Amino acid sequence: MTKLQVASSPHHHNQRDTGAVMRLVVYAAIPGIAVQTYMFGYGVLVQLALAVVTAVVTEVVILEIRKKNTERAVKDYSALLCGLLLAISIPPLAPWWIIVIGTFFSIAIVKQLYGGLGFNLFNPAMAGYVMLLISFPVQMTAWLPPVSLTIQNVGIWDTIHTIFTGYTATGFSIAQLQATVDGATMATPLDHIKTALSEGYIISEGLNNKIFNASMGVGWAPVSFAYLIGGLVLIKAKVINWHIPASMIIAAMAVSAVLSIYDMSTHASPWFHLVNGSLIVGAFFIATDPVSASTTNRGRIVFGALIGFWIIVIRTWGGYPDAIAFAVVLMNLAVPLIDYYTKPGTYGHQNKVRNMAKPSPAKKSQQGDK
Amino acid sequence: MKGFASFDTVLERLSVGRLWDFPGGVHPAQEKSLSNKEVIKNLPLPEYVYVPIKQHIGIDSELLVTLGDKVLKGQALTASENPYAVPVHASSSGLITAIGEHPAAHPSGLPEMTVTITLDGKDDAIATQGISQYKEASKHDIISAICNAGISGLGGAGFPTHIKSNTIKPVEFLIINGIECEPYISADDRLMREHAWQIRQGIDILHHLIKPKRVIIAIEDNKPEALETMSIACQQQSEYHVVSVPTKYPAGGERQLIQVLTSREVPSDGLPIDIGCVMYNVGTCFAVADAIIEGKALTQRVVTVTGKAIDKPQNVWAKIGTPVSHLLENSAFDVNKQAYPRIIMGGPMMGFTLASAKIPIVKITNCILAPAAKELPSVEDERGCIRCSACADACPVSLLPQQLFWYSKAKDYDVAQEYDLFDCIECGACAYVCPSEIPLVHYYRQAKGDIRAQLHEKEQAEKARIRFEARQQRLESEKQAREEKHRLAAQARTKALNSNGGGAKDKIAAALARAKAKKSAQLQPSEDSVNDGASVNANKEKLSPSETASATKAEAKND
Amino acid sequence: MTATLIALAIVAFIALILGAGLGYASIRFKVQSDPLVAQIDSILPQTQCGQCGYPGCRPYAEAIANGDEINKCPPGGESTIKNLAELMGVEVKPLDGAHGVEAIKKVAFIREDECIGCTKCIQACPVDAIVGAAKQMHTVIIDECTGCDLCVDPCPVDCIDMIPLHESTSNWKWDFSQTQVGDIPVRQSL
Repeated sequence: MTKLQVASSPHHHNQRDTGAVMRLVVYAAIPGIAVQTYMFGYGVLVQLALAVVTAVVTEVVILEIRKKNTERAVKDYSALLCGLLLAISIPPLAPWWIIVIGTFFSIAIVKQLYGGLGFNLFNPAMAGYVMLLISFPVQMTAWLPPVSLTIQNVGIWDTIHTIFTGYTATGFSIAQLQATVDGATMATPLDHIKTALSEGYIISEGLNNKIFNASMGVGWAPVSFAYLIGGLVLIKAKVINWHIPASMIIAAMAVSAVLSIYDMSTHASPWFHLVNGSLIVGAFFIATDPVSASTTNRGRIVFGALIGFWIIVIRTWGGYPDAIAFAVVLMNLAVPLIDYYTKPGTYGHQNKVRNMAKPSPAKKSQQGDK
Repeated sequence: MKGFASFDTVLERLSVGRLWDFPGGVHPAQEKSLSNKEVIKNLPLPEYVYVPIKQHIGIDSELLVTLGDKVLKGQALTASENPYAVPVHASSSGLITAIGEHPAAHPSGLPEMTVTITLDGKDDAIATQGISQYKEASKHDIISAICNAGISGLGGAGFPTHIKSNTIKPVEFLIINGIECEPYISADDRLMREHAWQIRQGIDILHHLIKPKRVIIAIEDNKPEALETMSIACQQQSEYHVVSVPTKYPAGGERQLIQVLTSREVPSDGLPIDIGCVMYNVGTCFAVADAIIEGKALTQRVVTVTGKAIDKPQNVWAKIGTPVSHLLENSAFDVNKQAYPRIIMGGPMMGFTLASAKIPIVKITNCILAPAAKELPSVEDERGCIRCSACADACPVSLLPQQLFWYSKAKDYDVAQEYDLFDCIECGACAYVCPSEIPLVHYYRQAKGDIRAQLHEKEQAEKARIRFEARQQRLESEKQAREEKHRLAAQARTKALNSNGGGAKDKIAAALARAKAKKSAQLQPSEDSVNDGASVNANKEKLSPSETASATKAEAKND
Repeated sequence: MTATLIALAIVAFIALILGAGLGYASIRFKVQSDPLVAQIDSILPQTQCGQCGYPGCRPYAEAIANGDEINKCPPGGESTIKNLAELMGVEVKPLDGAHGVEAIKKVAFIREDECIGCTKCIQACPVDAIVGAAKQMHTVIIDECTGCDLCVDPCPVDCIDMIPLHESTSNWKWDFSQTQVGDIPVRQSL
């Protein structure tokens, strides 16, 4: 005899689950990753592979220890995405243990120890990045110049060799690889400007370098634009809301505009801040991590704007050239407060003065023709 | 004052078809074409009908019939003097074979008081008398005719129609709800297509009662035929506006529809009438026309029987009280097409699963949905909330479902109420979009139930405390009163002794002397032992001193 | 030496001033709160059942205020103990089994045809929830009954039952795990 099954409404559900959302973010990152690989070599892909494997293995092991449904958790792709975001943030030729430690920290400490997906206070990838940057500053800032500016052609084998041993198959060190055609050591665009300013140069002199092309970092700007495309797709697909990216970019540009109007010679232009460094990838892919970001739309505007603000402040006066990780982790702390003060106005609560008739002093109505 | 549009603004925008919008909402697949192609069918009579005696929001009525009574179609089974009570009627002729508990058309499936009628198949109706010239009749007569016909909102909530119509507040907009925003359901759609004229008559009657400035008939733009027929039916009435509303769930919610049409928001603790609106479902209008013009009670309604496990999806005229199984049987329900047996009463968004196929159709039942195996898949276990706020973006009342979920699950009910838990209309849009497949609405319902229960308990405790204290006080005062009485009595005695001075003392002394004499006399066998006074005095000897005193007092009084 | 004395004097003086200030503030800004007993009483479930060993909730509230244990109230159960612990600032402890166990709410029911009209139960009821008179049948007002059980023992003919409160569609709480739903065969009438 068959029995009727009971359940609570709604019985209808749209078919986009957490896994699908996370997968969409991964797909949207593909153009950026492709351009980044093209510009900075196969190291990007190797780091990506290392990060993803570490992330998933760590997640599975910890979930097994916590006696949770491992299969379901892995299928939500959140660990994979976390590894991906960390992998694209670190120098492509950084030693293998950097990404392994960083990813392990992100997943095991920042995510799972707080209770797993949905309970982490901090953005796991960025907290991991901050930990790496503080612990291993040398390795974490050893960015290679874009492929087009290097003398050594680093093939895939060389890349793997370098990541695992510190030297290419032919025996070059990372420091040697960093040298350009004319022998000068190359840094990231933000690093370069920071160093130039500290040495007493002004912005325009700093920009007069072959790593810049009309104030856009060679190799860096195209990567940013590729991530921008992916980000716009995410907004279009309603995976993320526009609030955080828009407010973050606008705030960062506004703050840098004010600073550069105040003093053109020591403060870079908003355009410079936009295209160099991780502002765009941060705005669309990192700060939008839903778990650790503000959860109200108004709150997201505040959250994004303050991240943008901190990015420029830290880039200008801080000790590190880029600031997305610090800014995001800092604002993660402020999320509960932001959420509390940005509750949207519920239907029927805003119009106390507008009633044409006096409201009946009565019970909540259940009445209504549906 | 932003947001509260004046009458003229609303009218102006209505005339050019520029409506407002409500926040959030979702667009689930419609699936209305399964059932909306064919005319509403009449079904063969079922063997039994199960008529629950309460099918509305309000007060219970008293039974008029007893076991074994013969009843006719349209005969009232209950009645009440209370204005919040709505009678129910026999939906066909037959014999009352049971009055008792029967599974209710309620999510819990718990039993409710129900009258079971074994139909005789004749479907004989009771004689009826309509009010054909209703414009000449008094308002009171029309209202009581609506009440006596047993009409309560057919849209879903079951609010007594006569109460809604008996308003003294000014009404600007009488809104007729033909939205039917739930997927699958096409009952109102078919009713409008086939009976537009009678709906129009019902609207006329309500218009006569309520005297609004304008009537808005709102129909979702996925029902072009209904829009057309209603427009034709209402074309002579310049005050009636048939409005096409963009399809979006839950546009048919009372508060959401008012927002779409007028941009006004019903206060959280108020009613639509507070902002000059009254709303009826098209089915209710149809029933009102039946009740007034023909005098017929509400004994049947249109029900959509649909879903891909139904081989012959259709709309049917179902007698109130018809068991769901009868509808399924007559629509070629194929249980083998289902992954597991599952019948939903109502739509996929707000309906509830039935625990028994014997559950009857009631006045608010608009749909019976039997999904096939891959249709409306039941969700897997929930995952953790990732706070993506897809739910907040879908919420039509601008709540933060993710926060409500958090606090409801943690049973932190005070905070949940701060986040306006009780403004949730349980439309299910949040759970529909949730990527973590969390049954959000279920959590809210449990939280609301717990909060209500806690409040109830608190009230009960308070009541018990007051009664306990009152009782303590009563016992105390009774005790005091008793003591006071004794005290007064003692006082009176002393007073009596004192006021009579030596006389009283003499009397006592005399009595004592008498007693002594009697006692000594008793000892002498020659004395008359049956002497009444002697036995009384002998008894007195055995009494305690205080009682002796009172006995003495009695004697004193006799003197 | 004088310097030390002066220093001491100054410190003493300051202490005096501050002490006076504090004393004044404690009187001037005294927070008027409900007496403790009333607060405790408001947490107790008011069943007046006496399972705690005191004749009613208020006496138990007084006893708690005077230092009795907070875990003697079975009808209130865990949540009451938790609230009391919070109010009194003591540790939460499990319910003292000696006083009974937490059970579902019941109400008294008098089998009326067996009732002899002795009024013993009426006298026992702490909240006056039983109506009746001598030699007349008695009945329980369900809404007022706290389920305290005190009327059961006095009844000389054992005609009082404690029955669990009936669950109906109006007090059901969306908990499928605790209702009988889903147990009814679909095809019963098909």
